[in-house]
Amino acid sequence: MPPSSLLQVHDLAKSFRGVQALQDYRLELGRHELIGVIGPNGAGKTTLFNVLTGVTPPTHGRIVFDGQDITHAAPDAICRAGIARTFQNIRLFRRLSVLDNVRIGLQAHSHDRLHEVVLRLPGFAARERQLAQQARELLDMLNLADYAGAQADSLPYGLQRRLEIAIALATRPKLLLLDEPAAGMNPTEAEALMRLIARLHNELKLAIILIEHNMRVVMGICQRIQVLNYGRLIAEGRPEEIQQDPRVLEAYLGIAA
Amino acid sequence: MKRFAPLLLIVAVLGLAGLAQSALNDYYQRVLAVIAINIILAVSLNLTNGYSGDFSLGHAAFMAIGAYTSAILTLPARTKAIVLPDLPLWLSQVELPFIVAILIGAGLAALVAFVVGIPVLRLRGHYLAVATLGLMVIVQVVALNWQPVTRGARGISGLPPFTTLLWAYGWMLVTVAVIWRIVHSPLGRAMMAVREDELAAACRGVPVFRTRLLAFVCGALFASVAGALWAHLITAITPSSFSFLITFNVVAMVVIGGAGSISGSVIGAVLMTLLPELLRRVETTLAIGGQPLYGLSQIVIALMMLAVMLFRPQGLMGRRELPDVLAGLAGARRASLPAHAEAAGEA
Repeated sequence: MPPSSLLQVHDLAKSFRGVQALQDYRLELGRHELIGVIGPNGAGKTTLFNVLTGVTPPTHGRIVFDGQDITHAAPDAICRAGIARTFQNIRLFRRLSVLDNVRIGLQAHSHDRLHEVVLRLPGFAARERQLAQQARELLDMLNLADYAGAQADSLPYGLQRRLEIAIALATRPKLLLLDEPAAGMNPTEAEALMRLIARLHNELKLAIILIEHNMRVVMGICQRIQVLNYGRLIAEGRPEEIQQDPRVLEAYLGIAA
Repeated sequence: MKRFAPLLLIVAVLGLAGLAQSALNDYYQRVLAVIAINIILAVSLNLTNGYSGDFSLGHAAFMAIGAYTSAILTLPARTKAIVLPDLPLWLSQVELPFIVAILIGAGLAALVAFVVGIPVLRLRGHYLAVATLGLMVIVQVVALNWQPVTRGARGISGLPPFTTLLWAYGWMLVTVAVIWRIVHSPLGRAMMAVREDELAAACRGVPVFRTRLLAFVCGALFASVAGALWAHLITAITPSSFSFLITFNVVAMVVIGGAGSISGSVIGAVLMTLLPELLRRVETTLAIGGQPLYGLSQIVIALMMLAVMLFRPQGLMGRRELPDVLAGLAGARRASLPAHAEAAGEA
């Protein structure tokens, strides 16, 4: 295994009752790579994320993450191994506070036992303080600090998207999967989000896979792009190559270029 | 000052319980003890039904386990020889102190909850509710048919009346303290995360199944304690003592008080115990044409439950806790700061 490789996906396939949502998918992802996955609706992009995060098991193939086979691991184990994701339709812990949302992500790596909690053994208060402190730092980084006490679903849409990223980062991922983070945003918001993703990528030394329909966002920040259509990988390359690729144009516009 | 508030509360509750124990007549003592027992039941059921979001209807089953265990373990050997002559020898000889019997019952209920929870907690929503209801039926049937140990439908009577107000309120404090601490910890946050969105919780590292199981087992443990206290308060138990009616009452307490609020469960339990008691007196004093209005109390309570559900579906307290509400009333109202977050931050 080359030291730079973080994720290897071999021959991945997923079918739902005969419908091939994903087939022959492969990927070799570097430790500090930011790639985009694009494709028309129903091309299998979200299915790819669901399979990578253990939400639905693959029908075929192998996923190796950080030297560990996670093909059939449970979602919480995969999260603790270092893959975090956001969801296409935002999924927050809606009626909990913004701070609690982030703390739940942070505690993915803390293991409080029942007796420690009930007896409030030494260290419990310190751990809780540390957790709250780290949560505030994360909220600070994503400019959400002012909303720490607010209920998650009271935030405006754009901030809910950012909160979801904050929760994902709280689990201390090595790989971040972003599922259409700019969906529903206006150009200014999408621009700001793009800068945020680039910044996180640089500052936190993360690998990122980005599903996005907004081409300005994808072409602007991705080092490499994969194109899916009907569950198959139809093209892969640098942004400028993809923009010229006749298969991609056909998939998107329905005409033979 | 704030640090010592819980300590003050404990001293006050135990002091008042001790005072009431020596000053009040039997009737009032019994009502007060039932209040404490119902608080234990409601607060422990809230752990599943309010926090982890699993709607369990099996609370009466765990109560029965605690009640029967404690009854059989504490009954004097001489009484047992007469009441339960077919008891296995090792059981007919034991005569344990109340506290030990309670703890054994609690352990047993927790074990049953663990074993039953592993298959049953794969279900959710209505399916889980029905499955836990099935558990209640199973326990009742066992109590009904395991003649040598439970004496079947005749039940066991003549239990030592161990449950004083101090015992009842002591255990109530333990229950509230333990569950408060669980809820205000990473474990409690994990439960709430599972309640809010199970898939999202799993994808953020929450061990979903373990979390739900923990809530179920802890709830069962304290239900068993309440069952034991209840058995030694009434001093007689039969399988039908632990029927759906009890479960229904406890669920009503949790829902009316506010699922997801410990103070809510406490308030719900107090209201749902005191109101029927008060209204029963009205029934016999109020009369139309010389005819006492029997049944009026049930109708009034049912109407009040309807009113709460219509006008405050989240329950009286919602998901807030009493200290935060009081702080909110006392201090200036800070804008849009949910009480919960603050409480979690300080606890």
